[in-house]
Amino acid sequence: MTVLVLLDHEAGAIRQASRSAITAASKLGDVDVLVVGRNAADAADAAAKLPGVKKVLSAADTTSADELAEPVAALLVSLADGYSHILGGSSANSKNILPRAAALLDVQPIPDVVEIIDADTFVRPIYAGSALATVKSSDAKKVLTVRASAFDPVATEGGSAPVESVATPAGEDTSKFIGTELSQSERPELESARVVVSGGRGMQNEENFKLLEPLADRLGAAIGASRAAVDAGFVPNDYQVGQTGKIVAPELYIAMGISGAIQHLAGMKDSKVIVAVNKDPEAPIFQIADYALVGDLFEVLPALEAELDKAG
Amino acid sequence: MKVLVPVKRVIDYNIKPRVKADGTGVETAGVKMSMNPFDEIAVEEAVRLKEKGVATEIVVVSIGEAKSQDTLRTAMAMGADRSILVETDSVTEPLAVAKVLKALVDKEKPDLVILGKQAIDDDMNATGQMLAGLLGWPQGTFASKVELHDGKATVTREIDGGLQTVELALPAIVTADLRLNEPRYASLPNIMKARKKPMEKITPADVGVDMTPRLSIVSVAEPTGRKAGIKVGSAAELVAKLRNEAKVI
Amino acid sequence: MSENPREIMEFDVVIIGGGPSGLAAAIRLRQLAPDTSVCLIEKGSEIGAHILSGAVVEPRALDELLPHWRKTGAPLNTPVSEEHMLYLTPTRGYRIPILDRVMPHMRNHGNYIASLGEVCRWLGAQAEEMGVEIYPGFAGAEVLTENGRVMGVATGDMGVGRDGKPGDNYAPGMELRAKYTIFAEGCRGSLTKQVMEMYNLRKGVDPQTYGLGIKELWEVPAELHRPGLVQHSFGWPLDDRTYGGAWMYHFGENLVSYGFVVGLDYPNTWLSPFDEMQRVKLHPSFRPYFEGGRRLSYGGRALSEGGLQSIPRLTFPGGMLVGDTAGFLNVPKIKGTHTAMKSGMLAAEAVAEAFLTNRVEPGSYTRRIRESWLWDELRGVRNIRPAFARFGMKGGALYSGIDAMLLRGRAPWTLHTRHADNETLEPASISPKIDYPKPDGKVTFDKLSSVFLSNTNHEEDQPVHLKVRSTSMWKTVNWDVFRSPESRYCPAGVYEVVDEQAAPALQINSQNCVHCKTCDIKDPTQNIDWVTPEGAGGPNYPGGM
Repeated sequence: MTVLVLLDHEAGAIRQASRSAITAASKLGDVDVLVVGRNAADAADAAAKLPGVKKVLSAADTTSADELAEPVAALLVSLADGYSHILGGSSANSKNILPRAAALLDVQPIPDVVEIIDADTFVRPIYAGSALATVKSSDAKKVLTVRASAFDPVATEGGSAPVESVATPAGEDTSKFIGTELSQSERPELESARVVVSGGRGMQNEENFKLLEPLADRLGAAIGASRAAVDAGFVPNDYQVGQTGKIVAPELYIAMGISGAIQHLAGMKDSKVIVAVNKDPEAPIFQIADYALVGDLFEVLPALEAELDKAG
Repeated sequence: MKVLVPVKRVIDYNIKPRVKADGTGVETAGVKMSMNPFDEIAVEEAVRLKEKGVATEIVVVSIGEAKSQDTLRTAMAMGADRSILVETDSVTEPLAVAKVLKALVDKEKPDLVILGKQAIDDDMNATGQMLAGLLGWPQGTFASKVELHDGKATVTREIDGGLQTVELALPAIVTADLRLNEPRYASLPNIMKARKKPMEKITPADVGVDMTPRLSIVSVAEPTGRKAGIKVGSAAELVAKLRNEAKVI
Repeated sequence: MSENPREIMEFDVVIIGGGPSGLAAAIRLRQLAPDTSVCLIEKGSEIGAHILSGAVVEPRALDELLPHWRKTGAPLNTPVSEEHMLYLTPTRGYRIPILDRVMPHMRNHGNYIASLGEVCRWLGAQAEEMGVEIYPGFAGAEVLTENGRVMGVATGDMGVGRDGKPGDNYAPGMELRAKYTIFAEGCRGSLTKQVMEMYNLRKGVDPQTYGLGIKELWEVPAELHRPGLVQHSFGWPLDDRTYGGAWMYHFGENLVSYGFVVGLDYPNTWLSPFDEMQRVKLHPSFRPYFEGGRRLSYGGRALSEGGLQSIPRLTFPGGMLVGDTAGFLNVPKIKGTHTAMKSGMLAAEAVAEAFLTNRVEPGSYTRRIRESWLWDELRGVRNIRPAFARFGMKGGALYSGIDAMLLRGRAPWTLHTRHADNETLEPASISPKIDYPKPDGKVTFDKLSSVFLSNTNHEEDQPVHLKVRSTSMWKTVNWDVFRSPESRYCPAGVYEVVDEQAAPALQINSQNCVHCKTCDIKDPTQNIDWVTPEGAGGPNYPGGM
């Protein structure tokens, strides 16, 4: 079986989430990849180097230069013959494009796959991750997106695949790209940040919350808070991570002075790695933290910053 | 301009979903159901367009079991003019739902279809995109802002790391993201008035769509809980582990 | 709030509260006078969202109201088949022998174990089919009066910010005007409180007394499930001066209702009803049933325990009180649903009559109550709860045995409740602290993870609905004398003392509130006023609860 993976790329480099998608695809068969958009040529070169890739398809034409769903979905459909599965990482891009392609192929897409059981059977979260559903598809062709955190990304070097040019089918031109505004970080958005540093009641007051900033700066992290900190007035409500606040699933979640009430855990339990710093050794958060540091957070904070400043 | 807004009846977002003991699915019997929150946002956006004088009629549609009527009444209480219930007891998968919606779009001929970006039960995030594909219409997904002018829709979309703006020629599909607006309350006077607004009832067979799902549920389980990891003794040790073991920094 | 006048809608009858008494009243009205327009409002997001009860239901009132209930799918499916009353010591449980002789009120033959929430949802469906207009998600916030007559109720404004000012989505409340307004708010209703004051309804009657019931719904392995089993306990862990005990009912599909009631006239400020409820699960008479089980839901609600002597005047110009807000619960039977429903039905009959006679006050309600089995029943048990208050647990148990077996409820005397529950708390300095075990996370749990299972939610940006009248009073009384009893009696962790060492202050986490009303009842100086938050907020108890 051969699988086609739509890659996300930025400035000529293949995004980590797409490299995870290649790992997932490898479980299903041989892997071809598709790059489109501006920088498709550079991206194609980078893609060719990824281990496990059999062939790189590159669409560098203007029709799909902006990676809009309409032309890229049409491109995928034109290439679909011969592929048993079409994959993408669970990115905004893939989620925008792949379902449209699936409709044109008359198949039901399977988003956010976290485990591949076999060619037809997949595990995916439902109800915002409160449950995991194992589903079997009766479609001849499968269209899926996969969760990056569930598959280790392939390395960036080690492969050498041929690059083949493909042309995007001409379309109706009813959608036009106007512009993009990337958030130049003051801070990343809490919900999409790769790293989150959160403070709880243990921060003690509004002033002290600012002490999280140097740590967050060094990690490129968003700053969050527990409900207790918000209720106590340390930070405004949009910092709140938890059942009634934001649900986050970053790669790294650092909880400073947070006890770990279930309402908070509900908001961050899907984080890949959880670090908890609290002076109470019995704090419930230690029951789910991957790394637990019992200590005074006001001492730990500067110590962490110093360590991070040292070269890795 | 006519706007069509599909709405779905799902487990209320305040309820903790419970996996059935036999692993066949999530318990929905005796559980409070409400309009999918993203669909509320879609309805609100349509109502605002009407209040601005841009939209002239809002039609809401729901594909699901008979009780979906309640969801349609709520949408009408928020300001939709009339509703269509496509009654089915089948599982409603985006592919089949998109086909039903296409049939209704062909009949109603709206200029804009606004959907919630995903339903909080199956988290598919697919129906809007699939409908757009079937119709060959342009799509503006995960919208945080929508502006209409001169037969076009300028949609600001939430993408990874920022915002993207696209301009779509109407008719078009928009899917609503969380920050698009804050839905109004269905006030009591409006709820009372909504009882009198028209509701048409049809079935998927009436529009020639087979609802049979392509995905069958093998099993549903609760995610295994996280377990405690290891204790570290110092900031130095922590950073070393995060760098070398977890590889997250 | 808003400059524009509120929208007004007129009905023949408005009913505040979608519990068994309100729904029974609505149904009965449409049966007697099918053209009566009846509007029922309910502050929970749906009928049943705020309903919490054991429950063992005596179908007496239901048989009268909807005789074909068995055929029309009323969710009363598990008949009581086995019952035990246990006296607990720390390590053992002793069954009370010949229970139906010694405690005839507990005779449960013919009764059903059910989820009262589901029963209410079913009643709601019957009511709607009969043309009652039911509007869940709307709280009665203001009693409308004109010339001393109750004219209806105004629903609360929605979309008011925490600062009290209208937010972007502000939607003013609506006036629901009616000739007769039936207050069916359940125990310690917030509007009922106002009406009792307005019309001095409590003049000459004993203070109402209450209990706090805290409940969990469990799903247990099939081999441990004994459908139809009713088990009650008293004794450990409560002392002689504290009324209360546990219940455990097996019903439905492997479901177990477990809970604990504490009389709110308890004296020890260190008592935590939540922790008592948790630790009884560890007792050998209960523990085995929870092995390998899954906790599904949690909640708490106060219940009226005063009985006959505490029932206020029931009618006033333009309205009346039904159900637990008046206080018809039969304490020794531990049942209030059948009496609540009966009172609702009698209210409907009185209102139907009042329409014909054009009376302002539906006064025949009081006569109907006194002439019904409801009154007989309550009169028969009127001395039992007061005896416990007067003589302690052992004395009370002895008295109630005598009352039941020898006097058969026909004592020529009537014991009175002398104190309101908020008056009985004793200072922290003279009260023994209680050492509660830590939750084990398998059978016993902490408060916050419990509240989590009540699916409680309130719109974030709204005024705090728990009004502390005087912050300085909190410090000098609640803290200095009693060391913040509210941080212990609240089953939802709403009240927290921050900065105990340096400058103790009360933090109110109103989001967690499960609408139990205990703080309104038990605060020593009545310093906490529970008013209804924005409609649809509060718990969302699931089916089975």
